[in-house]
Amino acid sequence: MLFLLDAGAVLLATVRDILPILVLIVSFQLLILRQPIPHLRRLVLGGVYVVVGLAMFLIGLEKALFPVGKVMAMQLCDPAFLFPKGTAVQAGWADYGWVYLFAALIGFSTTLAEPSLLAVALKAREVSSGVISPWGLRITVALGVAIGITLGTFRIVTGTPLYIYILAGYVVVVLQTFTTPKKMIPLAYDSGGVTSSTVTVPLVAALGLGLSEAVPGRNPALDGFGLIAFAVLFPIITVMGYAQIAHWIVILKIKKRSKGEDR
Amino acid sequence: MNGKTGRSLKRTILPEIATKLWMAFKDLLPIILVIAFFQILVLKQPLPDFLDVIVGGVFVVLGLMIFVQGLEMGLFPIGETLAHELARKGSLFWLLIFAFLLGFSTTVAEPALIAVSVEAADIAAQGNLIGGSEACMKRYALGLRLSVACSVGIAILVGVLRILRGWPIHYLIIGGYVLVMLVTLIAPEEIIGIAYDAGGVTTSTVTVPLVAALGVGLASIIKGRSPLLDGFGLIALASLFPIIFVMGYGMVVFN
Repeated sequence: MLFLLDAGAVLLATVRDILPILVLIVSFQLLILRQPIPHLRRLVLGGVYVVVGLAMFLIGLEKALFPVGKVMAMQLCDPAFLFPKGTAVQAGWADYGWVYLFAALIGFSTTLAEPSLLAVALKAREVSSGVISPWGLRITVALGVAIGITLGTFRIVTGTPLYIYILAGYVVVVLQTFTTPKKMIPLAYDSGGVTSSTVTVPLVAALGLGLSEAVPGRNPALDGFGLIAFAVLFPIITVMGYAQIAHWIVILKIKKRSKGEDR
Repeated sequence: MNGKTGRSLKRTILPEIATKLWMAFKDLLPIILVIAFFQILVLKQPLPDFLDVIVGGVFVVLGLMIFVQGLEMGLFPIGETLAHELARKGSLFWLLIFAFLLGFSTTVAEPALIAVSVEAADIAAQGNLIGGSEACMKRYALGLRLSVACSVGIAILVGVLRILRGWPIHYLIIGGYVLVMLVTLIAPEEIIGIAYDAGGVTTSTVTVPLVAALGVGLASIIKGRSPLLDGFGLIALASLFPIIFVMGYGMVVFN
């Protein structure tokens, strides 16, 4: 009974969340374009689907993804797991190796499986006239996310301020911007935002919050968030790096060929 | 007659549902594999409340599938043609209004942002940054989402102007970076983490397809622009502006 009441409240809240986009599209269609709504029944049915699906997703998140992310963080930081012999008094940053590996694997695998990244990768091949291969780009972005999230967990473990890392990342991005082939720049900027999917984001957020609770001396309010910011920033760096390297290789090949023709 | 349509319905709809389910499950598969690897080989202990996690996982997969299916049935096709039509013949005024409202309303409907803002309210209440009552937490979570939604709206508006005027994207981004760092200096420490995260959280299921449609639609109607090049960049702005706005929100709330 309590569960049903809960589900009802979630359902009501999701109706409120969906309403703005529905009102926007219907009113612009009717008032600005002055066109009737095509397939009205489908739109209404689709609206019901959206509300029900969103409510189910949110309930599932509360029950599965959030707890799993936090529990994994707790278990991986548990002193009994880190030091089965019970010798060390205080864990240093180097003792959290499994946490870093977990973060890297979650980042890499979820990004590689991300459908919206595939679309971006195909466009990248077109923009770069074939120099950037779709698989190469997907692996590059996935590596960027993996490095980013791993560094993010390192930051939580050490408790260093977030803005220093982000500032350093920004400086690298700005420097790279001036040496990367112009065509690739907007695409590289976007590849960061595209990777953060609806399933990955809550899990990664829960991992960070769990870590900040489990590592002694960390405060969730100060250290818990920030992992997603790393996951957005680092793919930009790796994608621009990939574009630069691919560009150099092409230039090198052209130079070699022209030398060969000279002889 | 009825039996016939019923059978053909079965033949066409069931495989479609199966494919959709598989697609939704595939999104979750890497997570399941990594977690299973760690639980079985590294930690060698089961997850607590294992049954709850399984049920929740099924809810996540099914919910996301139904959600996306619903978007594709109505909102996405109409929204995409609307974006195209407005870009083609709408006045600049209405186009900019539409850009702002599109960014705002898609962000309000973004599932990941709803979930993360609730979590952020929880953390803030635990840290005694806001009142611990349910009403206080709800207000804080909603405030977070509304500041993100406003900033995404403005980001899309600026991005549309950029496409129309042909401003190079990197000046906007670099300017945004500088602004982020300046605001970081004066923002309360406790808001910085969630603010930096807000950018990545906003750009997912609902926002990306509709905003991309707007960008590509715009770039394809302007002479001398490639839809590929100029259509990009909107998402980048939409993940940068929320950082600044959420820090602003923090300065207002945490004082």
